[in-house]
Amino acid sequence: MKALVAMSGGVDSSVAAALMKDAGHEVVGVTLKLWSGPNGEAPTAGCCTVSDAEDARRVAAQLDIPYYVLDYSDEFKGGVVDRFVTDYASGRTPNPCIECNRTVKFDRLLNRLDDFDSDVLVTGHHARSKQNGEAWTLHRGEDAAKDQSYVLSMLTQRELSRTRFPVGELTKPQVRNVAAGMGLRTARKPESMDICFVGQRDYRGFLSEHAPGVFNPGEVVDTAGNTIGEHEGIAGFTIGQRRGLGVAMGEPRFVVRIDQASSTVVLGSRDELGVGGVELEQVTWTTGEGHSGLVMAQYRAHGDPVAATIEGGRLVFDERQSAIAPGQTVAFYDRDMVLGGALIASTVS
Amino acid sequence: MIYLDHAATTPMRPGVWEAMAPHAIDSFGNSSGIHGVSRRAKNALEEARERVAGILGCAPMEVVFTSGGTESDNLALTGAVFNTSDRSDLVVGATEHEAVLETADFLGRRGSTVSIAAAERAGRVRASAMLPSLTPSTSVVSLMMVNNETGAINDVAAVSHAVKESDPDVLVHTDAVQAFGSMKFDVGQLGVDMLSLTAHKFGGPKGAGLLYVREGTSLEPLIHGGGQELGRRSGTHDVAGAVGLATAMELAAADRDRFVGEVGGIRDKFGLSLIDAVPDAIVNTPASDRSPHHLNIRFPGVRNEALLMRLDKEGIAASAGSACQSGAATVSHVLEAMGLTASEARESVRFSFGWTSTRDEADRAAQVVIKLVGELR
Repeated sequence: MKALVAMSGGVDSSVAAALMKDAGHEVVGVTLKLWSGPNGEAPTAGCCTVSDAEDARRVAAQLDIPYYVLDYSDEFKGGVVDRFVTDYASGRTPNPCIECNRTVKFDRLLNRLDDFDSDVLVTGHHARSKQNGEAWTLHRGEDAAKDQSYVLSMLTQRELSRTRFPVGELTKPQVRNVAAGMGLRTARKPESMDICFVGQRDYRGFLSEHAPGVFNPGEVVDTAGNTIGEHEGIAGFTIGQRRGLGVAMGEPRFVVRIDQASSTVVLGSRDELGVGGVELEQVTWTTGEGHSGLVMAQYRAHGDPVAATIEGGRLVFDERQSAIAPGQTVAFYDRDMVLGGALIASTVS
Repeated sequence: MIYLDHAATTPMRPGVWEAMAPHAIDSFGNSSGIHGVSRRAKNALEEARERVAGILGCAPMEVVFTSGGTESDNLALTGAVFNTSDRSDLVVGATEHEAVLETADFLGRRGSTVSIAAAERAGRVRASAMLPSLTPSTSVVSLMMVNNETGAINDVAAVSHAVKESDPDVLVHTDAVQAFGSMKFDVGQLGVDMLSLTAHKFGGPKGAGLLYVREGTSLEPLIHGGGQELGRRSGTHDVAGAVGLATAMELAAADRDRFVGEVGGIRDKFGLSLIDAVPDAIVNTPASDRSPHHLNIRFPGVRNEALLMRLDKEGIAASAGSACQSGAATVSHVLEAMGLTASEARESVRFSFGWTSTRDEADRAAQVVIKLVGELR
């Protein structure tokens, strides 16, 4: 098999490339150039920094596989960064890493496998895929704490059939052991948690620098509609946010609602953060067929799945959930198997 | 492997390494010292300088040895601008190498006004595009002799004479890095004040280059220290590099007529077979006034990164333009300056031939390119 390995420069994708090579496949490594600063420099934080690309290049050299840097910065800007800005501007809370998977890696890159003379795309995600006859299923990774199936929940049969996740069969310590055993320079490299184009600063700093127009001042009100303060723009707020609200109140207050039309931020008590369900959009089914009825739903990257029922385009939680933001992804599971995923369009009280 | 990326770098010519080796090993002296071993190094260095000067038609003291084309371009532009307080502005061609454009940009951030002279559709920058930007505060005009991505030749002599006629105090610099292997020139007849060369583009070692600086031209040095190179470029001399540079210049100059005829013929035939098989391919390299060894060609509907990757797999080395640190195929500013859209630029590939190129490998490479273009469409 001819495998195109998306190498970020981290230990997981390094080992993914190594495992494919060991298994006798013809392997080519690529790093996607997704974002650059005003002078074209690579970011210094996140999953695709200058030093990360250098690490990927060195690992590829060590594995003796061809390696290229592919420029996907236009696609990334349009599909991920612009969307990140408009989402915040409209009071939503985006997940750019998921959008990058959806629009860049598993769409634009995957669609060009033939161009690169490759049969499958390989990534270092901690998830497992299985083939049963013609059908593919996606499952949580072996290492529950590192499982990344949530960020892959938008994948469908088409993408799964042309993708492999070799490190999903291993725990993180095993991945590091493999890397150390092969002497890969990334064996002990720490994980990056930053958003690559935002870096280590606050996302609000990125917005005010790149899209200052998204900040429209407005009022901060309580759930009864009383004005209790002012804010500099709804883009600076996330549902469930407690800090930096700019108003002093006796008991803990949280952002419970953001209204784009009136540019209003609504604060309420912990109880008022609760939601009974969510309206879904961009629903995709990994298994290839629609599901309704009882599922386990996960709405945070490392959150526990909760019991819920799919009713048409709506997901109703068995127990009320707290601090759910429109724009975030919800993944549906049957035990460890991913059924599909969706974006949260709005919450239902 | 079929190597068609000679514009990026070309193999050392036979005899160059052998000429360098004694100066790296046995005669290891610091050319600035006072004892015998240093004197021998100094002697080899000055002999190299004389050989180089003879080829360029200048005085030995007008040759400043540098680490290569990028340093030479930096010294020419920054050295000129930093040398005077009343003239700080620059006029540079739109298709210049990054070594010129980024240096101009740096100077722009330090307060200089930088005018970018537009290119014609064929990739040439004319005097008529540069002259209107001259002002009483123009310090230096920089125009490359041969473009590194397309091979388009600029009429540097016409530009330097026109600039001097308009204002004799403006300095004229040319980056001749891509030109030396195929063009015979004399700095006097070019009329330039400064000219950059680097050895590895014509069969010498990497890390050795020069800046010709006309006598009477004062530059602020970029590298300060022991005052070597008449204070214009400090640092212990790379004697082996200078000897390698001089040797490669002699070998390349002696091979020039063959290079132009034979390598030019190989390039032309390669281009024709591509056009024959892919009739809608568009040659970005101009039809006349072009180097004999560049071929920049666009295959509509084929993204260059995929083609280059597939070529690499087939053992053929080509490129999308100039090589940068990340190795990503970014959109070429040269092709954009010629009026190509970003997506047209992403469909363009540069094949560059060199002194080792053979007709047979060019024929084989053409067949592979044609096959891959067919597959990628």
